[in-house]
Amino acid sequence: MKTRDLVHVALFAAIVAVLGLMPPLVLPFIPVPITAQTLGVMLAGSMLGARKAGLSVLLFHVLVAAGLPLLAGGNGGLAVYPGPTGGFFVGFVPAAFVIGWLTERAWTRLSVPLAFAINVLGGIGVLYAVGIPWLAVSAKLPLAKAALGSLIFVPGDCVKAAIAASAAVTLKRAWPLIQAPRAGVPASPSSSSARAASAGPSSPPR
Amino acid sequence: MIQLHAVSHHFGERPVLEGLELTLTERRIAVVGGNGSGKSTFARLLNGLLVPERGQVLVEGLDTRKDARAIRRKVGFVFQNPDNQIVLPTVEEDIAFGLKNLKLPLADISARVTAILRRYGLEDFRHHPAHLLSGGQKQLLALSSVLVMEPRYVVFDEPTTLLDLRNKRRLAQAIHDMPQTAIVVSHDLDLLRDFDRVLVFDEGRVILDDVPSVALDAYVRRMA
Amino acid sequence: MSLGLYVHRDSPVHAVPAGAKMLGLLVAGTGLLLFPSLPVVSSALGATLGLYALARLRPREVVPVLRLSAFVLVPLFVLHALLSGWVPALEAVLRLAVLLLLATLVSLTTRASDMLDALERALRPLARFGLNPARLGLLLSLTLRFIPLLATWLREIQEAQRVRGLDRDPFAVLVPLLVKTLRTADTLADAIDARCFDPEDPS
Repeated sequence: MKTRDLVHVALFAAIVAVLGLMPPLVLPFIPVPITAQTLGVMLAGSMLGARKAGLSVLLFHVLVAAGLPLLAGGNGGLAVYPGPTGGFFVGFVPAAFVIGWLTERAWTRLSVPLAFAINVLGGIGVLYAVGIPWLAVSAKLPLAKAALGSLIFVPGDCVKAAIAASAAVTLKRAWPLIQAPRAGVPASPSSSSARAASAGPSSPPR
Repeated sequence: MIQLHAVSHHFGERPVLEGLELTLTERRIAVVGGNGSGKSTFARLLNGLLVPERGQVLVEGLDTRKDARAIRRKVGFVFQNPDNQIVLPTVEEDIAFGLKNLKLPLADISARVTAILRRYGLEDFRHHPAHLLSGGQKQLLALSSVLVMEPRYVVFDEPTTLLDLRNKRRLAQAIHDMPQTAIVVSHDLDLLRDFDRVLVFDEGRVILDDVPSVALDAYVRRMA
Repeated sequence: MSLGLYVHRDSPVHAVPAGAKMLGLLVAGTGLLLFPSLPVVSSALGATLGLYALARLRPREVVPVLRLSAFVLVPLFVLHALLSGWVPALEAVLRLAVLLLLATLVSLTTRASDMLDALERALRPLARFGLNPARLGLLLSLTLRFIPLLATWLREIQEAQRVRGLDRDPFAVLVPLLVKTLRTADTLADAIDARCFDPEDPS
């Protein structure tokens, strides 16, 4: 990874953390408040691609596991993992990875509806696929009940998927951080010349 | 000595630098010009952060295209906004960052960090989180983190833009006192009055190259 | 910098290396998931409370940390009691309580920096994904450096948007935050490179 990639990984881990500090959003017709943290996970996936997004969210988890109160609501420490919602936190990593992987494949024709579908698939589908069984095991609930109970979060997560999709598509033109797979020429070994070339027309120094 | 031979650079269709031919030997060199005149790009060429599309940049005979790593040891870079260049959480860690990259022994690193903290009056902040420093202290930290690596040249890209008057003076004094060659891109003409040479950039070319008394006045008249 | 939940004390529990404690937690957690019967769970609870005593933590230091977990346990107990009776309810809730207590104990008795070192070692196999293990330390520090800065920016942007009545519009807050972060990333990468950082360096 080049320096710029490392910086993106670290800065998006910080974004996921900081979005957890945002006060939860209360919307009409949605029974539970929406925290912005998974929005950060979706954004990482949609903007960084699979590998960098996965690492970024993993990095966030390392800090949480070490005891920093970075999860929404000021939660942190190892106790978040065995808890009933632990799976929804652990699921951040595969969710970001899958969103990133799909976004890379759709990169050249990425539109808001497509990005939305990708974020729903990864940010809801994958996340819940990890979170619901975990909830069932941790709280000793039947799987069906765990799934049913999780449904109240779906509307909020759809709102987040929509926000992440439009933000990612809006910023794609100015900061195309993802390269479509197999389309680009492999980066040259010399970091400086590669950077000079990839800085391209989009980001002249100000 | 830094030399530029027939240097041209574009961003997309737009030329940012056109056929630069320069030899920099003076100890205090100022670079002025309007927004988009190419001076920031010029600054980034000097230590290989950017490689020119055409032409050559030579630092003591080394080509930035081939020897970027060796050149970065010689040419330090201070950016406009210290928040974008302080890398690590505490003052001490950040100053030590470059020295660790140079693979110096730990004892040397510690001694150099102590010396530079003393020089810029930051001793009391050694273990402070960098984000709790004031704007002026942050810029001194950014400068310390570069100077501690003992480069021969230091490039500054608008270092005083975000500082208040008192901190501007402190930084000007620090630049004045440092033994290295300084190449300073700035809009802050007061900072540049006692420099040895002024390059005025316009649309990617050097349109004036003279001592401050001549070049700065001509530049002010031109911008008016 | 004091980070995390660590409470300093001279105790045998504090003295156990971070990696061993986390591994122990993993083993205990797996064991409790496999054998969730009431005798196992209640003896585990006894042992856990014994460890708390051994760690010489005062209730005053422990209770605030555990309060969040209590919010989960009480409704869960009620739910289970209604669904399947007292004994299963007690089993489920006690098991979760033991897990939460144990995990919290590890967090309370281990310095964040030791925990980070241990996690860093545990993540070594990630080199396969192109992450140089030595870089993980830098990444963690970079993230720690930028969390407070990004939090400040978020606040500033929310204040600016409040004037325009847009502070509750997540999009109007998020896009400026991302733009600022991405701009910073570009300069920051230059600044790191300018200080002779070599991203390919194995050390």
